Amino acid sequence: MTTKNDVIVSLKDIFVQFDGEVILNHIDLDIKDKEFLTILGPSGCGKTTTLRIIGGFLEPEQGTVTFEGKKINGLPPYKRNVNTVFQKYSLFPHLNVFDNIAFGMKIKKVPKDEIKRRVKEMLAIVDLKGYEKRSVSKLSGGQQQRVAIARALVCDPKVLLLDEPLGALDLKLRKNMQWELKQIQQKTNTAFVYVTHDQEEALTMSDTVVVMNNGVIEQIGTPTDVYNEPVNAFVADFIGDANIINGTMLDDCRVRILGEELECVDKGFGQNMPIDVVIRPEDIEVVKPEEAVLKGEVTEVVFKGVHYEITVMCKGCEWIIHSTEGAKVGDKIGMKIIPFNIQIMNKMFLAEKNTFYADVVSADKEANTITVHVEDSEFEIEGQYFEPETKLAITLPPSALSIAGDGVGHLDDVYIESVIFKGEHNEIILESDKQKWLMQSDVDEQVATYVPLKFDFTKAEFRVMEGENET
Amino acid sequence: MKKISKIYTALIIFFMYMPIVTLIIFSFNNGKTTVWKGFTLKWYTDLFRDSQIISSLWNTLIIALLASFIATALGTMAAIGINNFKGKKRILIQNASNVEILSPDIVTGVALMLMFTMLGVAFHFKMGFLTVLLAHITFCTPYVVLNVLPRIRHMDYSVYEAALDLGCNQWQAFRKVVIHELMPGMFSGFLMSFTFSMDDFVITYFTRGASFQTLSIQIYTMTHQRISPKINALSALMFVVVLALMIVVNLKDRKSEKQQAQRV
Amino acid sequence: MRLKRPSIPYIIWMAVFTFIPIALILYSAFTDSSGGFTLEPFTKAFGYFDVFLRSLWIAFISTLICLVLAYPIGYIMSRQKKSTQNILTMVIMIPMWMNFLLRIYAWITLLQSGGPIDTMLSLLGIHTTLIGNQGAVILGMVYEYLPFMVLPLYSVMAKIDNNLIEAAEDLGSNRLSVMRKVVFPLSIPGIVSGVTMVFVPSASTFLVAQYLGGVDDIMIGDVIDRIFWSDQNTGAAIALILMAAIFLFLIILNFFGDEEAIA
Repeated sequence: MTTKNDVIVSLKDIFVQFDGEVILNHIDLDIKDKEFLTILGPSGCGKTTTLRIIGGFLEPEQGTVTFEGKKINGLPPYKRNVNTVFQKYSLFPHLNVFDNIAFGMKIKKVPKDEIKRRVKEMLAIVDLKGYEKRSVSKLSGGQQQRVAIARALVCDPKVLLLDEPLGALDLKLRKNMQWELKQIQQKTNTAFVYVTHDQEEALTMSDTVVVMNNGVIEQIGTPTDVYNEPVNAFVADFIGDANIINGTMLDDCRVRILGEELECVDKGFGQNMPIDVVIRPEDIEVVKPEEAVLKGEVTEVVFKGVHYEITVMCKGCEWIIHSTEGAKVGDKIGMKIIPFNIQIMNKMFLAEKNTFYADVVSADKEANTITVHVEDSEFEIEGQYFEPETKLAITLPPSALSIAGDGVGHLDDVYIESVIFKGEHNEIILESDKQKWLMQSDVDEQVATYVPLKFDFTKAEFRVMEGENET
Repeated sequence: MKKISKIYTALIIFFMYMPIVTLIIFSFNNGKTTVWKGFTLKWYTDLFRDSQIISSLWNTLIIALLASFIATALGTMAAIGINNFKGKKRILIQNASNVEILSPDIVTGVALMLMFTMLGVAFHFKMGFLTVLLAHITFCTPYVVLNVLPRIRHMDYSVYEAALDLGCNQWQAFRKVVIHELMPGMFSGFLMSFTFSMDDFVITYFTRGASFQTLSIQIYTMTHQRISPKINALSALMFVVVLALMIVVNLKDRKSEKQQAQRV
Repeated sequence: MRLKRPSIPYIIWMAVFTFIPIALILYSAFTDSSGGFTLEPFTKAFGYFDVFLRSLWIAFISTLICLVLAYPIGYIMSRQKKSTQNILTMVIMIPMWMNFLLRIYAWITLLQSGGPIDTMLSLLGIHTTLIGNQGAVILGMVYEYLPFMVLPLYSVMAKIDNNLIEAAEDLGSNRLSVMRKVVFPLSIPGIVSGVTMVFVPSASTFLVAQYLGGVDDIMIGDVIDRIFWSDQNTGAAIALILMAAIFLFLIILNFFGDEEAIA
């Protein structure tokens, strides 16, 4: 059991921005003693920034950092009992293995024989016995990694920060090092804060997984929790393979997907609420069509060694099934899912359509066109007429949004917050200066990039606003 | 190498070395003209007996050493600071630094002379050792900045952070880690400064005052007087020293290159 | 944590020892000996207009010859194996490290009447004065600054990948068009920095013309040297014009090359 006293490092309401771009948006995080905590997220989500705040390399604009109950904002890195293993190892090239590891102790003026003893101990822990005199430049990537870990751990930190330490290693070595890292963590009884974008790494090593996206923490939990009960489509999509489908929660324990009503175990979402449903590919059982509510046709079968990956088209939606038994392309099958395996999640984007406000700046009655102003960009709309200076509320379905090429008539620099495949299309959530947008697309857009956003106003609904109210 | 390339390269090398070799040959000539009158070493013994030449050699060396040390310190610090400036400010400072490199030596020389003369009148001092040293530091430092700046830019900043992380304060981190990363740039900056300082005639000429002598000035005076084969002897000696220095530096470079290659 | 402070001493140093002196030149150029404002130094400086033009002309010709001589050697060097490249670089650099006065002096020895070349030519029945003319000045300049042209050209061309040249040949280019379409465009930064490094010092040099040229061959650097000791104001005006001309030249040159090549 963990009690409050076990918390070593605590971040409260941390806010960071660079050049007006929000990197960390008021996050809270507790790191407990002796735990292996992984911060997981796509690049640009703010995970490295979080680590740098704990390490003391970056001061948050707002919020407090406490270490064993004491506020340590403003304390330089060399006065914090926290050490870091850097992404590129950052070993000192002019020193050999021994001197690299002894570096921190020499600065602290630890007696010579103690330095010798502790370096030796450390080398044993990281499995590099007898490497003292080697030049660090002559070590392999994995060995350099271990020296970096030893160099940090020998300082006896309460918390060890690791910034994607295995990123530069090849797959096989990475697997080995994952296991070894876990061993080292247990041997030294130190809290590890491990930053990665590799979900598999996070699941295999951690006690606690923190999933981050776009500067906020989406979910904190054990690996089992975040895998089995993701809080939203982003987490479900980021961790493991998943079928994510739009659905409606009819009532407690009753959900409708693809027009079929299914039984589930989740409660408390209200009635007729739009929700996201996640079903893991291994939780779907392939049965005869008449034995299941959801039926479909096999379109692709790939043997993956442990299981077959079967792609099934069901009512225009693509499903992925992991099954130990194969199937043939063209087979008509049923997909049986037990209620417990149907995971219901709140939608990340609550509305089904985009509503935004626009000011009519000019209008041409004869041509039946108007020019409107949306967030400092101008758009020309044909086939509509409103008096200049009218304030409009415009509603657009997700399919009316697209990513623009060159030219005028788009919102510039809209941030792609998430891209999730929902069986039929990608659902993309974007963020502009003033609001979030939901877009439907068949293209795989790159998350955490800035794109120009274009609207198809032929699908729009227009309402005139009177002051702040609609008429 | 193809034949024509070989011939061409040989011709260029011949063009570049023929004058030097001629000087060296005539430094052993037992006569004052360019007619061969037999072998002698007397110009060398004369050279070493010439106390003026010896003292200007010392002056040159002291100025070169001091100027390049100070320039290396000043320039390295400057490069670290400049690297932390952003955008327009940084471009401004870098361009200001390049003005010194791009200004013709003669302009730098007379400009400094103008200032030193004015200051001399105001504070009652005469140009000499100090003014030459200040002038040399001034034209050497931009080369150090030029050599160190790319090292800093390509330095893995996290090495510095790692030092902080392991308990160094900023100064310790600089002394124990950063300086090692910048060393090659500092070394070539130092070397450039040293050679430019040794070789300088124009700026020294304008800032030396009445009596301070360096080797360049000495050579200038000698060439202005009657032609003496002592100059030939001096040239030969300087050539040998330069040759030896170049070979040493080149061997050192190759060694560190090898190490660099092994590191990767 | 990223400090700017260490650059402060140097910024002050530049202000005191680079910019105040230049400001003093500027000030002197516009004042008379009693300190009042005047344009007289410039009118006097105008009297040396022909010397000024001659200096630029000699510098231009010397730079051109250096470029023509250096381009092939830079290319040849850049196509050797690494160890040969290093040795050749050293061979080119060594003369540069000799004192510049000694190098000029060597040519006096060679060219003087009764010197080795003169003697040889006499044996062939050619009797001519080798020293004391513009040709000798240009020869001295080319000798003095050739390495400054070779090295930047070589270092830029050494970066051209052999594969690129082979690819161009593979695509059907002959030797000449490989040079024109691949090597030349890629070597432009080297040309720019080589031209800078040769033109600037040769336009402003002094002594070379005094040593190797005739009485009428003196250059603007010699004029500055001669005048400055007696008439600072005119000397300053000429120095100012020279500096302005050189910076103008550099700015124009930089339209042809990328920004970094200059430094």
